[in-house]
Order: sequence, then C-alpha cells, then structure tokens
Amino acid sequence: MNKVMSNKWFISLYILPALLLVSVLIFIPLILTGYYGLMKWDGIGAMQFIGLENYINVLQDNRFWESAGHSFLLAIFSTLSLVIYLAVSMILASKIKGADILRKIYLIPMLLSSVAIAQLWIKIYNPSNGMLNSVLGWFGVQNPPLWLADPNIVLYSIFIPILWQYAGFYILIYYAALKGIPESIIEAAKIDGATPLQIAYRIKLPLIMGVVKVTVVLAIVGSLKYFDLIYVMTGGGPNGASEVMASYMYKLAFGNYNFGYGSAVGFMLLLITLIVTVIVRKLTANKDEIQY
Amino acid sequence: MGRIGYFLLYFCLGMVAIFQIFPIVWLFLFSLKDNREIFAGSPFALPQQIKWENYLSVWEGGIGTYFFNSVWITGVSIAITLLFASMAVFVITRMSWKLNKVVLGVFMVGLMIPIHSALIPLFSMFLSVNLIDNPWSIVLTYTAYNLPITMMILLGFYYTIPREIEEAAIIDGASLHRLFFTILLPISAPVLATTAIINMIYNWNEFVFVNTFISSDKYKTLTVGIQNFVGQYMTDWGAIGATLIISILPILIAFLFFSNKIVEGISSSAVKG
Repeated sequence: MNKVMSNKWFISLYILPALLLVSVLIFIPLILTGYYGLMKWDGIGAMQFIGLENYINVLQDNRFWESAGHSFLLAIFSTLSLVIYLAVSMILASKIKGADILRKIYLIPMLLSSVAIAQLWIKIYNPSNGMLNSVLGWFGVQNPPLWLADPNIVLYSIFIPILWQYAGFYILIYYAALKGIPESIIEAAKIDGATPLQIAYRIKLPLIMGVVKVTVVLAIVGSLKYFDLIYVMTGGGPNGASEVMASYMYKLAFGNYNFGYGSAVGFMLLLITLIVTVIVRKLTANKDEIQY
Repeated sequence: MGRIGYFLLYFCLGMVAIFQIFPIVWLFLFSLKDNREIFAGSPFALPQQIKWENYLSVWEGGIGTYFFNSVWITGVSIAITLLFASMAVFVITRMSWKLNKVVLGVFMVGLMIPIHSALIPLFSMFLSVNLIDNPWSIVLTYTAYNLPITMMILLGFYYTIPREIEEAAIIDGASLHRLFFTILLPISAPVLATTAIINMIYNWNEFVFVNTFISSDKYKTLTVGIQNFVGQYMTDWGAIGATLIISILPILIAFLFFSNKIVEGISSSAVKG
C-alpha cells in the first residue's frame, strides 16, 4: 500500500503540469522583473545593462511616490469602509427576515468586471446627463463638481464604485462569521441584560475578530494592487491625480515603451505589496484566538 | 425591539440594496432608450418605446465575436485549471513524498503576487515564443494564475476523503490513474463546481492580460472588446448600455442559478487566503 502511494513517477506526472505553469508564468516572471529593472530597454531592441540606475531613479521619482500615496490612500479608505460593511452585516445577521436575499443582492456588483463597472460609473458621473447630477439637480444643486475631471476629488469619485463593488464581498464574509457564533452565547448575554449594541460590540465583534483581521489584510493588499477600474475610468488622470502604482507601471511599459524603468517600478510594486502584507499580517496576528 | 426599530433596520438594509442594485437597473433602462430620450427625459423614467434594436446593432457590430472568444477562452481555461489543480492536490494530500509541504508552499505563495509585477516579463516571454496576439497566451495565463486559488479550495475537500477509499481501490487492483479519474474526480464534483464558478467569474471579467497580449479584434474578449465599442459609440448611450448589459448577462444568469455555489466559493476562497 505505502509503496503504491509513494510512486515517484506518478507523483511527478501529476504535480508537474501545475508546478511548471506556476513556475514559468508566475515565479520566473517575478525574478525577471527584478532583472529587467537593471536594464535600459524599450522592449524590442537590445537590452543595455545600467546597474541600479532605474531603481535609484524610482526612489527619487515624485510621480511614483505620488501614485504610491494614492494607492495607500485607497487602502485607508478601503479599511475604513469595512466599518460600514460590518455594521450592515450585524443588522443582516440579527435574525431578520429576507437576510439571505438581501445579502445576495448586495453581492451582484462583485460579479461584474471592473471594466463594465468603470464604464457604468463614467456614465453615472457624466456631467450633463449622468444619474448623479440629475438627482443632485432635483435637490437644487446648481454647479455639481466635475467628478472625474477635478484633481481634488477624483480619488473620492473613484472610491465610490470601489465601495460599491466590494460591499457584498465583505458583507458576505462577515455575515458567515456572525452566523457561526453559537446562539447560546448571545442568549446568555441577553439574560444578563445586555443591550443589542452591547452584544454587538462586546460579544459579537471580539468573536469574529479573526475574520475582521483577514478582511483588513485583503482590503489593504487589494488596494495596493488596484488597477483595472482606475485605468478605464481616468487613465490615472487628470494630470496624475488618480495614478496608482500599477497604472503608473503600465503607462511606462506599454504606453512609453520604457520597459526597463517600468520593470523597476513593477519590482517596487511587488516589494511594497509583500512588505505591507507581512507587516499587516504581523500586526493582526492572532495571539490568542478565541475558541467556542 | 419595537416596530420603529424594525422599520429603521429595514430602511437601512433597503437603502444599501438600492445603492447596490440601482446603477445596474439604470444601465438596463438606458440600454433600451435612444439618445433623445436619455438626454431629455428623467434618468429613472421607463423607456417610452423599448429599443431592442440597440442590442441587435451592437451584436451585429462585432460584440458577437468578443462574446464567443470569452466563452471558449473561459471554458477551456476552467477545464485545464480544474484538471491540473485536482491532479496536484491529489498527490499533495493523498500520496506520501518528502517535498509535498514545500511544493504546497510554493503554490500558496502564488496567491500573494500582484499580477502587474509579472506583466512585462510575461509579455516579453510570449513575444519570444510567438504567442503575442494568440489566445493561447491568455488560456495559459488564466490557468497559471487561477491554479493557486483553485487548489486552495480543493485542498480542504481532499483532506476529508477517507483513506479507506483508496485502500479499497488499490486492494481491488485499481491503478492510481483509475483511482484518480474514476473515483476521486467524480466524488469531488460538488467542490469542482464551486471552483469552476469562481474561475468563470475571474476569467470572464479579466482585463489586463487580454488588453496587453491581444491586439487583433478577432481574438479580443468581451471585457476588452467593450472598451473599443464604447470608444466607437462614444455618443450613442443606448448602444453602450446594450454592450455593457450583454457583457454582464452571462454572469448574472449564472448567479441566478448557482448563487449558493457562488456564495460558498467566494467565502471559502477569501477567508482561507
């Protein structure tokens, strides 16, 4: 039996397809990104080794740091919005009729492509006949802002569709966690005279803290990699006001054919994402996981 | 809680539901209108005369090709991903060998990678093997990038299969291939369905790989194709609306039929990550 279950030929035959694809298409490219960052290269002609020049330039590149700042700002917005999602899930999970249907309705935007969402919200924000300004018009707002063309508010305008897209996803996760809390604990608290708010804050929240921490990691890391929606909605504009790390990299490589420098930016994106992931995971590590 | 309390709770939940669903309803409404109506009337008005022509004209205008590409690229990628992931998870969870923890670790690291960091080398690699502007570059990338998450969802299931099943099969003289293809794959069908749907949502909606690797219209998928269309129909809002509705319809229909599987898949793929 053991001999059969450790047949080396069989193991290799079954593991290799997946391992080869992942190595060749995920891991080797990551190493190459670091390597291309050392080159002056337009993507087609010969590469020219220039040492760390690209990396030094990235560190001194204001546009890169601005776009990194925007990525971090989105990460902060996304983390804060978790409070709203959590509050909605708490209401949903409080034995309310129709919770199942509502939760599924909330999830629908999550299923759509970022490109479709971006196009839809471009229409919603349209200055002359978008849905938003029509509604604002009824309330007597005469000069609504140019939602996607005003550099001071464009990031906020972009954040609303992000909030919209991911609401159902986080509500779903919190809802599942809340439903996992044994009824007896809640009943005991009620008998002791706890109000619904006290139960939510003192009992339910601590019990699902592990899941909350996971969502914080997801929100932050997801925001740092954000790309599609911004690329389609504003292309990083106006004048870089909504540029994020990934869109900056894309523009450098596939817009300006600056593959060497773009690779250096891509490598920085990788480093920053990995470092932040490790830090956030450390900070939110479950030292004493609650068991029930 | 009193009546007012319940009213307030439902009011809050209802407002969230309207916020989540209304943009899509509005999109559907203007996909059935012409420009005159869109620009003059209230954005919430029902169309005076339903313009199904919008759908016909964008379909004939080329959306059909993009749609077909999305269907086959999504389908083929899902099939390969599920097969390779199942094979790998089978040997990781059921076979005994020294490196299995290390190999599993390698796959799980793949979950953390920002795809944009790998984009430039992927482009140059595909260019050097002549796969740029070839849909197989997309199938390969979708498969590779979906393998880690697919394997993660499958792992939990494979760990729960009782050892007796394979012992009985081997004692009865079944080969390992037979064990995998005729026993393990069929009993994992429910979890395969969940992962297939998660893969479908990802592949159908994917943008950046197609946008980077494919340049000919005849190979583009819907997500990238609708970008062209919107540019082309810049001012025809009805056509844009119809294009977007066509692009999201398959996922909405899948959701209608498999919403429990989707919910299950999304929550298991998120929380375990």
